[in-house]
Amino acid sequence: MADKQENMTRRSFLREGLWGGCLVGTGAAAGLSVARNNRDNYVWQIDPYKCIACGNCMTHCVLEDSAVKCVQAYAMCGYCDLCTGYLVPEPKALDTAAENALCPTGAIKRTYVEDPYYEYTIDESLCNACGKCVKGCTVFGNGSLFLQVRHDRCKNCNECAIAAACPSQAFKRVPADQPYLLKGADRKE
Amino acid sequence: MTRFARAIVFWMTLLIPCMGTQGEIRFPPPEFESGYQLPGTTTPAAQPVWREYVDAAVLVAALLLASYLIHTRRSRRAVFVLMIAALIYFGFVRDGCICPIGAIQNVTLTLFDSGYAIPIAAAIFFVVPLVFTLFCGRVFCGAVCPLGAIQDAVLIHPVAVPRWLESGLRLLAYAYLGAGVLFAATGSAFLICRYDPFVGFFRLGANWNILAVGACLLLIGLFVGRPYCRFLCPYGVILRNLSRLAKRRVTITPTECIQCRLCENVCPFGAIREPTGDWPEGEYRIAKRRLALFLVLFPILVAGGAWGGYSLRNQFARMHPKVRTAERVYLEETAQVEGTTDVSDAFRATGQTTDALYADATQIRSRFAIGGTLFGGFIGLVAGGKLIVLSVRRRRTVYEADPASCFACGRCYKACPKEHERLAKGAKAEARRA
Repeated sequence: MADKQENMTRRSFLREGLWGGCLVGTGAAAGLSVARNNRDNYVWQIDPYKCIACGNCMTHCVLEDSAVKCVQAYAMCGYCDLCTGYLVPEPKALDTAAENALCPTGAIKRTYVEDPYYEYTIDESLCNACGKCVKGCTVFGNGSLFLQVRHDRCKNCNECAIAAACPSQAFKRVPADQPYLLKGADRKE
Repeated sequence: MTRFARAIVFWMTLLIPCMGTQGEIRFPPPEFESGYQLPGTTTPAAQPVWREYVDAAVLVAALLLASYLIHTRRSRRAVFVLMIAALIYFGFVRDGCICPIGAIQNVTLTLFDSGYAIPIAAAIFFVVPLVFTLFCGRVFCGAVCPLGAIQDAVLIHPVAVPRWLESGLRLLAYAYLGAGVLFAATGSAFLICRYDPFVGFFRLGANWNILAVGACLLLIGLFVGRPYCRFLCPYGVILRNLSRLAKRRVTITPTECIQCRLCENVCPFGAIREPTGDWPEGEYRIAKRRLALFLVLFPILVAGGAWGGYSLRNQFARMHPKVRTAERVYLEETAQVEGTTDVSDAFRATGQTTDALYADATQIRSRFAIGGTLFGGFIGLVAGGKLIVLSVRRRRTVYEADPASCFACGRCYKACPKEHERLAKGAKAEARRA
């Protein structure tokens, strides 16, 4: 009996030691991550200069209606009459008729400003992030239309499902206090 | 512009890949005379950070409450209510993200990638359940984890899983943990989040394949208690091993065990171990020989696992997008395939040289050579260790919950006649006081 009790103490000593070790280990993990941390949070964003407008943003987001939308950098826009982001490559006429429009959901609004300039604005509730206009504008125009993760919609998944499917690795984690990677003069980095 | 000229411009520009070129303004922005003001690009703010701190506070509060309900109140009903509340809050309200299971990868990436630092809320989510497990056992699994809760809620007709099958299947969880850490450490992917089977239900929308896997797990979960927790959950692997050392364990009977076996039947997770004595005389010799065999086998398993992991390094490396790009570009450059893909087009648009890409890929592959070896060795270690542990007999005099397998759900309390005696006494004392 006495022998058994001694055994138990040895065992419990080992247990206590291991327990303390584990507690110190978790504490160290916590301490290390807090010490290394200098930011509150990260969010996902698309680098527009890497994006090739492949269309995966439309199909791979975990949301039914993708968190990615097209945005317009007005300062870069040429306000062209013949907008290659708005019109199909060979339009029948340079007007707002549906057969001329490139956008499949009619999310781009074309408004007359002054001769010969037109303003193009995105209606985000209609945009489905297919990237057709982005491709048209980047290849033939100024590239003022580009895709961005809209943070009022984004769920900020730990691993972004679109990032995993992005062929150009354009998605990256950015600090939450500067959650956009804009184009042109708006770009801060 | 005539249509012909437009068509020429169209085809010319198609031939010249110029996506991604920076700062090229083909049509200078106009100077407006009508007083038109340029609108700005709207930038809706990200979710405020305090929400995550609220989540962390809710987590701590829920764990404190769960510990109290399991160890002091000993009430299955209260634990169930807390579990459903946690399922609603962490699952359906907060969309199942942020969770400790995925936080394993954030911690790993912080350790291996100097460019990434884990958000404080994610660090809290990773560490706090571990600390609670060291003190109170797996109260996180039983009452707080939304993934556990959704499975526990659908369990209607539990079927016992044979011990050998349970131990064998549990290897999957160790392998999943190892893979999750390997791919997070190399910056390839967050595997555990990518294949989270239930987050799609919480968000009411996901990839169909993942939803199908989740639905299958829930179907299995009708009959096999918490299949994900027992056989797959990588965080559960850490918790079960810490739980072995827990200060407070689930003690089924409040007084002495009368060996009625009622608790054994009621546990849907096969966590209750029956009393055992020494090996029967005849079996002892066989058991000793078996243990000796497993001890010899142990280093062989570890070495074999490491070798297997090393030989799969190139397959593992393919999880990294850069390696995939390099392989595709190499195939195209050496004319082994025809045509290009989005991946290779995007690479060429960056203007990088293929040599730089190949060098990057080689470096990543060499990281996988080390990581793959460690990963394989880890699996061999777990398999060998498990064989040894299974062939050692522990002496038990009463029915006990195995602290590693016990999810602290509280079902066994209700089954114990001694517990009913205690409750009756408590009720009497209450009545007398009133």
